Amino acid sequence: MSDDTPTAPDGGREAGLAATAEDDAEGADGLVGERVARREDRALLTGNAEFTDDLADPQTTHLAFVRSDVAHADVRSVNTDAAAATDGVLAVYTWDDLVAADVPGLLPVSDGRLDCAVPGHPVLASDRVRYQGQPVAAVVAEDRYAARDGVERVAVEYDERGAVVDPREAASEDAPTVFDDAPDNVALTADLGDAAATDEAFADADRVVSVDLENNRLIPSALEPRAALARYDAGDEELTVEMTSQSPHGHRRKLSHTLGLPERRIRVIAPDVGGGFGHKGHHHPGEAAAAFAAMQLDRPVAWTATRSGNYLAGAHGRDHRTTAELAVDDDGTIRGLRADTHAAVGGYALGGGAAMPAGYGRLLAAQYEIPAIHCRTRCVFTTTAPIHSYRGAGRPEAIYVTERLVATAARELDLDPAELRRRNQIESFPHETAVGATYDSGDYRSALSALEDELGDEPRGGERDDDGRLRGVGLACYVESTGGGFESGVVRVLPDGGVRVYAGTHSHGQGHGTTYAQIVADELGVDYDEVAVVEGDTERIPQGTGTFGSRSAITGGNAVAESAQSVRERAREFAAHELDCDPEAVDYADGTFAGPGGETLPFADIADLAYGWGVPEGMEPGLEATTFYEQDDTAYTFGAHAACVAVDPDTGAVEIERYVAVDDCGERINPTVVEGQIEGGVAQGIGQARYERATYGADGDLQTDSMLNYAVPRAGHLPDVETSAHVTPTPTNDLNVKGIGEAGTVAAPPATVNAVVDALAPLGVAHVDMPLTNERVWRAVEDARR
Amino acid sequence: MFPPEFDYRRADDVAAAVDLLAAHDDAAVIAGGHSLLPAMKRGDAAPSTVVDVSDVDAMAGIERDEGGVRVGAATRYVEAAESEALATRAPVLAEAAGAVGDVQIRNRGTVGGNLAAADRGADLPAAALAADATAHLRGPDGERAVDADDFFAPGGATAVADDEVLTALWVPDASDAGSAYVRRTHPATGYALVGVAAVVRTEAGTVTDARLAANGVCERGVRLPAAEAKLADAPADGGTIERAAAAAGDGVDDEFVGDPTASGEFRAHLLGTQVEAALEKALSATGGAA
Repeated sequence: MSDDTPTAPDGGREAGLAATAEDDAEGADGLVGERVARREDRALLTGNAEFTDDLADPQTTHLAFVRSDVAHADVRSVNTDAAAATDGVLAVYTWDDLVAADVPGLLPVSDGRLDCAVPGHPVLASDRVRYQGQPVAAVVAEDRYAARDGVERVAVEYDERGAVVDPREAASEDAPTVFDDAPDNVALTADLGDAAATDEAFADADRVVSVDLENNRLIPSALEPRAALARYDAGDEELTVEMTSQSPHGHRRKLSHTLGLPERRIRVIAPDVGGGFGHKGHHHPGEAAAAFAAMQLDRPVAWTATRSGNYLAGAHGRDHRTTAELAVDDDGTIRGLRADTHAAVGGYALGGGAAMPAGYGRLLAAQYEIPAIHCRTRCVFTTTAPIHSYRGAGRPEAIYVTERLVATAARELDLDPAELRRRNQIESFPHETAVGATYDSGDYRSALSALEDELGDEPRGGERDDDGRLRGVGLACYVESTGGGFESGVVRVLPDGGVRVYAGTHSHGQGHGTTYAQIVADELGVDYDEVAVVEGDTERIPQGTGTFGSRSAITGGNAVAESAQSVRERAREFAAHELDCDPEAVDYADGTFAGPGGETLPFADIADLAYGWGVPEGMEPGLEATTFYEQDDTAYTFGAHAACVAVDPDTGAVEIERYVAVDDCGERINPTVVEGQIEGGVAQGIGQARYERATYGADGDLQTDSMLNYAVPRAGHLPDVETSAHVTPTPTNDLNVKGIGEAGTVAAPPATVNAVVDALAPLGVAHVDMPLTNERVWRAVEDARR
Repeated sequence: MFPPEFDYRRADDVAAAVDLLAAHDDAAVIAGGHSLLPAMKRGDAAPSTVVDVSDVDAMAGIERDEGGVRVGAATRYVEAAESEALATRAPVLAEAAGAVGDVQIRNRGTVGGNLAAADRGADLPAAALAADATAHLRGPDGERAVDADDFFAPGGATAVADDEVLTALWVPDASDAGSAYVRRTHPATGYALVGVAAVVRTEAGTVTDARLAANGVCERGVRLPAAEAKLADAPADGGTIERAAAAAGDGVDDEFVGDPTASGEFRAHLLGTQVEAALEKALSATGGAA
């Protein structure tokens, strides 16, 4: 950790910390920065992890949804008689039951930025369905099979309305209207940057390069589908919902809104969760319906989405259509960037999902000094599953636009793509972009050089290999806005000296149990194995925010670090009393306090003192600290990735021969965990670039409704990801860390597409839309040959 | 998804399996379960009873016999892929069995199940057609033999009647032929997007006999009559391969079918590239290679 770290701007406690910065237990021998093996993996790999669906007991009942099989219709009638009479069925609920119970029943729309007032997604359809798969009724039964039988016996009559599945079409005049309050289907039009200045830049530039891109709609495919198990204690009037959550406190709030129940009566627990990706941060009908049923029936109610149910219900991700232009001089100087985007919202504004695309343009400057940028984004209702943040959440969409533009410009100017980038890369920090983002720190040229060194001289530009395949190299230089908001972190020392850490984030693959323990062990100077990390329970953890947006290391990491520092200084004060000297005179190293006379006291003994009878005068008992850490400034992670591909023009087959990633997320708490995040993100990014695309028919039927027709990448589809570290400590926080959870999903799509387009350059192919399936690549070749 | 309730019965021999099928309406035969169970979970099949034939001795194993090889229907893919008898006498079947799915699927799924379920992307139909195999069926009226050419019905059905069990596949000795099975894999399912099997005989540089078949492109495995015609009595060289590949889809009456990953038109194109690859491999295996 660097010595010039500014201290956090935070009151008196910091003053105490600054005084002891020299003997900070973290140092050359510390665990931060080490490849500590993930302690989570043993349970996961031996099948001992406990997921929500593992928690049902014999008392548990099972909920299944009747889902709309049409995309857009008025619900004329719902007949539940036969279902209710089915063996094993305990109850069948419709919207009317929510109304009768005086339950609000609408999932919150959390963003006031919308240009229209639209109702939230109803837990069960009230009078209309707006996407295929929308829940219309819920059947609760003694077991899943009886629930399934009940579902089959619910009869729903629909009066169909027209479907519209493409966001550009949905914004056109003759499209069917999804909400009367948004007659043009536009939920929100957002303008970023300066339109006039951009027009001027374009008028002055030597030339204009343009692209028309689809950022394909993706379906989150976590190993574990969404699930909830709700229990209601009628005596205490308390509801407990165990669920697949990235954000237990967030879900408590949302459940409170939907159920009309105060937060104090709701406990949300997230047990082991098998992948989040944003999908498990949002509020969906499942957990709310299970909670409602548990309160009605006074029985535990479990709901686990089937894979196909998950696919139908969403929330899906991405789904942008963008026309973009780059104004560029012949020497490669970028003068301006303009983007016009239609982003699908789906059939409902789900939480902040409808407004999320409005901010995507904030990253359009990417790594470049672009004097003028203007981005207009229309967020458009469509009769499809709702869209919400999916790993990357706007960042992949933005960087894809800019990196496709830059690659296209390099080709049209006949400049080396790396050289064009280098000429425009931002060099001094902080840097405020033309779309209002302030990049904190970076060394973009150095990262690009490191990438070129790693890459070496790979065949490119359509050079043929021995098998007649065309070789290409694609680059992607990215920035990623990471972190934001506040997070809680508690460090509690137990009487025997053991340490429990509580954080408001949630780990579902990120390895917080390991990395937070590394941080706290270093700060406290205690053994790593003495530190346990607890997350995922609103009852045990102070108000927290959760894990999404590449935020946990920054917010949760600094929260637990600050709490650990506070605890260490309290321990020093206890030690000073015991050693009969001033706290400043107490030295602390390797878990042992030493007085000026050489007397020593192990850390564990301090805990005993802190909880003993009669603590020293002037001191309060106890040895724990709580920090609500707020991240003031966004940390901008950056890097440079390259894909090297071989394309068979006869079959359209694309092989990624090499994938090289240089990423800079500031200090790396645990390089292995960082690399895992990068590799996983790259896998997801290659999934978007090569395989995944949710498609709806013109009638609004989801065509990719299962893993048989929606391709997610398997291990065999993926290259080895060659990762290298580039470290530029950020001044935004004391750990000098930036987020890395989404970088791969940001960089891999443009790197892959740029590589394939580079390989096909001699044939005259200028662009291929994602996913680059073999068929699309083959068609691009065929079209170019015509 | 959760399959409807069903009964499970295990058959000890073929006669018992036939009796169980007769005794239960809507019964289905199960062995590896790799086609039936997913279909049940999707709601595409809802048998009242599944009759498990995986322990029927008479349906297991691979044996050489007069003029060919008999493959029990309950033989696992892995056994077929590693069989010495098949490698020698009907290598196209061994190669196709080795191309199925992944290790776990090959350890569990069966040759008979693959043919009887006849999934569009299953790998064995093309191999069975190209190898000129014969399916042996047993029903209440006794046993009958059906040529592979008559086994696969339009739309993905097979000659196996509801009350019949596919007991074995017999493959004629092709140790004098060159053969190959090549495929492009569907990225979502792992099934064949397009798979082509070729069994070719040559004499003095001329093709004397050629059977070509494909799976993955139509709802059922199909012979490729025009490509075969281009090979008949033609020189075993690159020009012939090219002409056969160009004609690959001609004369196939079944419709070419697609999905969101690959259209029928693209599969028809790939059929040509795969015919070319299969023929190059098969002809080089005859020793009279191009």
